[in-house]
Amino acid sequence: MSVAARIDEIVAAHAHREGPLLPVLHEVQAAFGCVDEEAEAAIAKALNLSRAEIHGVVSFYHDFTAKLDPRPCVELCRAEACQARGVEALVAAAEAAAGARVRLKTVYCLGLCSASPAARIGDTLHARLDEMRLARLIENA
Amino acid sequence: MTLVRISDDALALACGADEVARAFEAAGCKVERVSSWGMHWLEPLAEIGGQGWGPLTAGDVASVLEGSSAKAIGRIEDHTFLASQQRLTFARAGKTRPLSLDDYAATGGWMGLDRARAMAPQQVVEEVIASGLRGRGGAGFPAGIKWRTVLQAAGPRKYIVCNADEGDSGTFADRMLMEGDPFALIEGMAIAAHAVGALQGYIYVRSEYPHAIAKLNPALDLCAARIAPFVIEVRVGAGAYVCGEETSLLNSIEGKRGEVRAKPPLPALEGLFGCPTVVNNVLTLAAIPHIMTPGGASLYDSLGVERSKGTMPIQLAGNVKHGGLCETAFGITLGELVHEIGGGTATGRPVKAVQVGGPLGAYIRPDQFDLPFDYEAYGAAGALIGHGGVTVFDDTADMGGMARFAMEFCAAESCGKCTPCRIGSTRGVELIDRIRSGGGRAPGKVESLPQMHNAPKQPRSREQEIALLEDLCETMRDASLCALGGFTPYPVLSALRHWPEDFM
Repeated sequence: MSVAARIDEIVAAHAHREGPLLPVLHEVQAAFGCVDEEAEAAIAKALNLSRAEIHGVVSFYHDFTAKLDPRPCVELCRAEACQARGVEALVAAAEAAAGARVRLKTVYCLGLCSASPAARIGDTLHARLDEMRLARLIENA
Repeated sequence: MTLVRISDDALALACGADEVARAFEAAGCKVERVSSWGMHWLEPLAEIGGQGWGPLTAGDVASVLEGSSAKAIGRIEDHTFLASQQRLTFARAGKTRPLSLDDYAATGGWMGLDRARAMAPQQVVEEVIASGLRGRGGAGFPAGIKWRTVLQAAGPRKYIVCNADEGDSGTFADRMLMEGDPFALIEGMAIAAHAVGALQGYIYVRSEYPHAIAKLNPALDLCAARIAPFVIEVRVGAGAYVCGEETSLLNSIEGKRGEVRAKPPLPALEGLFGCPTVVNNVLTLAAIPHIMTPGGASLYDSLGVERSKGTMPIQLAGNVKHGGLCETAFGITLGELVHEIGGGTATGRPVKAVQVGGPLGAYIRPDQFDLPFDYEAYGAAGALIGHGGVTVFDDTADMGGMARFAMEFCAAESCGKCTPCRIGSTRGVELIDRIRSGGGRAPGKVESLPQMHNAPKQPRSREQEIALLEDLCETMRDASLCALGGFTPYPVLSALRHWPEDFM
């Protein structure tokens, strides 16, 4: 199926909603791993919006990416509560463990602030991390 | 067969609750997944016949069943952490299965909605006003007054929007409620819908909370008939902190960039798609079912202090020994929270600072620990309660670094609409870096030009740079469109004022 056809399908599935753009973008991001120029154009056409409007929204939100990054992604929380439990001291080792193979993404707050530092891989959460556990998570990601 | 109750709250799962549950099942027990008690240092916590054990690993299961485990904590309900609390919003925490309609109804569920629907909308609004409930999202605006505005507003249709974009670090009460007691939130929204005449509701949940989303959707399916004709849809955010600001959140639901709107018009008059809209936080809406039970409003009003009525779910986080959820009446002091309930720092070192109210909250020194938890008292002390997050730091914390982080966070999350926040935050990071590296700043190329008569020709001293930072903070505080730029000065200035040595 072509990108445009798949996107038409996604848009049709959300057409009944009020303000369907965010649900559409989430599904496109999940289906293709990114929302690139081609996808933006197809979404614009399907929703009868300008490409600028779509690009403005895509580029605003951290969750939508313009380029596909096939690497596994480990999200590490570096907000205040995780900093209070020393997440900054783990970053160097985490970066070393990630190397070029794993994408290490900084996020602000996973809601596990009473058991910090915390990380997320896909929909799996990990709390009470130390250097060794975090490095092992990244290596197995 | 032994019945074991283990939480399936995201925090319990992150600490390994699934492995513990599987180990109990393998040992021949029946496992029931319930909400979390909020004693997070004990998760994964297992309950058998009211007795608790935690924090468990799969390897502890045999000794728990033999009765020889050293991780026994006795009767859970008698635990000192819980005994000091008064739970109204979190009355079901630890006790019910989140998606069980039977458990919900058996613990007083739907009583508030049934009673509200038997009343006129105006009466419901009056009861919410009488309860003294104020918005739990941070601003503390009286919930009933907001509802009355929407009730009286004219519009083609009206909306109930639940703000579940809980982005503040150090807060997790919204998440716990959505995962542990989703029907309470839904019931609160249905009551709000009846009170103002809305037929459509949205719950805007941040994408960082996949477990909450996974609980809300089936919960909505299960009780769709119960709340009909009112309909609720879950909308998932996309990683923008600023979408926790109500007008930015409305733009996001509409499918736009999450940029803040100028107020007025208030969302209560022109909110979602230009229609009158109630925007309330999860905790505000979840407090409603209890308030609408017979006598609930007057009980709520009898708790707390001055103009801060009822209970506040306070979240103990960061470097704290007993982290978790502490719902208690307003008026408790910060010292009691951090030392008596929280047990001091997890590292055992002295407390250096406590940040109350998330990334936009002030850093508070231990000598201010007699501060009572009260919107007005915090405001008078140059601090804010925000969403009730309390993040503890020990004496290794670098407060200059935390001030820099506050500016950096604001720069990363600014929606870009107003200049003080968009540019000020970046300049703030640069300024703090210069102050911390000890040097002032030499005049730039343009400043050195002879025609720039008013530009200083001497390098700025460190003192001048500090004055400039204070000036910048004042501009951000007074001229930003929303709380992101407007409150970032709180952590920055409080750190600068209380720990100037950390800026050396």
